[in-house]
Amino acid sequence: MSAITRDEVAHLARLSRLALGEEELDHLAAQLDVIISAVARVQEVAAEDIPPTSHALPLTNVFRPDEVRPSLSPEQALAGAPAAEEQRFRVPRILGEEA
Amino acid sequence: MSAALMPYEEALAKYEPVLGVETHIELGTASKMFCGCPTTFGAPPNTQVCPVCLGLPGSLPVANKAAIEGIIKIGLALNCTIVEWCRFARKNYFYPDMPKNFQISQYDEPLCVDGHLDVEVDGETYRIGIERVHMEEDTGKSLHVGGATGRIHGADYSLVDYNRAGIPLVEIVTKPITGTGDKAPLVARAYATELRELVRALGVSDVRMEEGSMRCDINVSLAPRGSAEWGTRTETKNVNSLRSVERAVRHEIERQAAVLESGGTVVQETRHFHEDTGTTTSGRSKEEAQDYRYFPEPDLVPIAPSREWVEELRASLPELPAARRRRVQAEWGLTDLELRDVVNAGALDLIEDTVKAGCAPAPARKWWMNELSRRAAEQGVELSDLPITPRQVARIQALIDEGSLNDKLARQVFEGVLAGEGDPDQVVAARGLKIVSDEGELSAIVDQVIADNAEVAEKVRSGKVAAAGALVGAVMKATRGQADAARARELILEKLGAS
Ligand SMILES: [Zn+2]
Repeated sequence: MSAITRDEVAHLARLSRLALGEEELDHLAAQLDVIISAVARVQEVAAEDIPPTSHALPLTNVFRPDEVRPSLSPEQALAGAPAAEEQRFRVPRILGEEA
Repeated sequence: MSAALMPYEEALAKYEPVLGVETHIELGTASKMFCGCPTTFGAPPNTQVCPVCLGLPGSLPVANKAAIEGIIKIGLALNCTIVEWCRFARKNYFYPDMPKNFQISQYDEPLCVDGHLDVEVDGETYRIGIERVHMEEDTGKSLHVGGATGRIHGADYSLVDYNRAGIPLVEIVTKPITGTGDKAPLVARAYATELRELVRALGVSDVRMEEGSMRCDINVSLAPRGSAEWGTRTETKNVNSLRSVERAVRHEIERQAAVLESGGTVVQETRHFHEDTGTTTSGRSKEEAQDYRYFPEPDLVPIAPSREWVEELRASLPELPAARRRRVQAEWGLTDLELRDVVNAGALDLIEDTVKAGCAPAPARKWWMNELSRRAAEQGVELSDLPITPRQVARIQALIDEGSLNDKLARQVFEGVLAGEGDPDQVVAARGLKIVSDEGELSAIVDQVIADNAEVAEKVRSGKVAAAGALVGAVMKATRGQADAARARELILEKLGAS
């Protein structure tokens, strides 16, 4: 049984707005299956007494005080934007498929 | 195209509504949830952004302690349990209102769980269960360009401002609210009202619905009467005023009842509320966006609030609205109805501050609820927006109490203060509004009035005491209303031997 199906890869591609052709799907689904199976081997060493880890450091309650720090200038903020207008990030229309 | 509706009473006769309310509240911290950017409302676009809230590579979020304290206070005030350990989660979605393609939120480990809030409608108390209160970050604001109305559909492209992205946002989710029957819209509104009052009292947010710092999503489903099974629910977004909360519930009840009645099925979907018409329209269908692939946020460590910290925060809670209402009701000797009128008029703070400034409760309530409420209504403004302070109201009443003013003159002082003529004492001096209490002066005026009105005076002398009213009126006119009418009457009757 494969770790990830071709349909699941197609679904994820769609959620990620990646246009994958049929051949690419075949190719990537097989590759991802190998990768996930390899990572899944970690589960083999997981024992009952080891809780699932979500963070590498055994820390809790790391907070910062509620203090204002300087922000970027709008020019800096927008410097890497593919398009800007009226000091805002310009993005392609949203929900294109549904409009 | 407007949807078919079933008349409200008919819908309620056939169906029982089940409600749920999800409320988002922006906390009023100085800086954002995970970075030091300021949170000022209305700043020019993209002036309050940094690598963290823009999701630039290599940036690391760190949680704002004041925000965590704020949400714990809200949880405690809602009678929730504050969990001992929880994590943030990434909510993944592809939508440009978050620049990093995910929102930091909480998923299966909310910070506060299982509370309740009591609300009152028409003298009856409804206990609204609180499922969870969790911490997340607000999103940016999109401006849709092109298309006819600036709405998302038909837009050619969008312009995004990330100033709001990353502002601490608390989400409060109710348990299903059942058994409210035809009161459902009012219960939903009462809940939103009470929640707003509560959060405002805690001082953790300005909870302004018109500025979006408090926003409600309303879930409504209908169950046929007598059926144990709930129907399919819709979630109405964009509900941005208390009145709209009530209207949105009512509209969804009428709309869903009509759908069911015609043999159709209610679609589980997001709907948008329109303030202008009071109606909802279909938004994105839920399944489209539902796959958020939540996972524990690897850039943030868990929150494990110590019991000492939680108790410290509990001890710091101010008097909450419900307790405060009970206290003032007892202290001021109000009936339930009188209290409700005061609360609905938005006069509770004003009256209490007037009392604190030394005024007795009864006159404080009288001036705010009658004279000033009337003037606020005339001007179409909120009571609290009138240019008069509780201290000034207390001063006017003090002048009445010491005999310098009567109610009639006091109204002129109110008028002067509201017109910007200064403090009560300045208005009294400038307009010459003191009661003529000098006995000699008043006596001379009475003598003059008797001389000028010989016929009337004669009637009084001969026993027609009722005729004295005309003489009192003449005295008041001669003093421009500044005499003590009761004393003037006594003097007139004395001088005419009719007392
Ligand atoms: Zn920032």
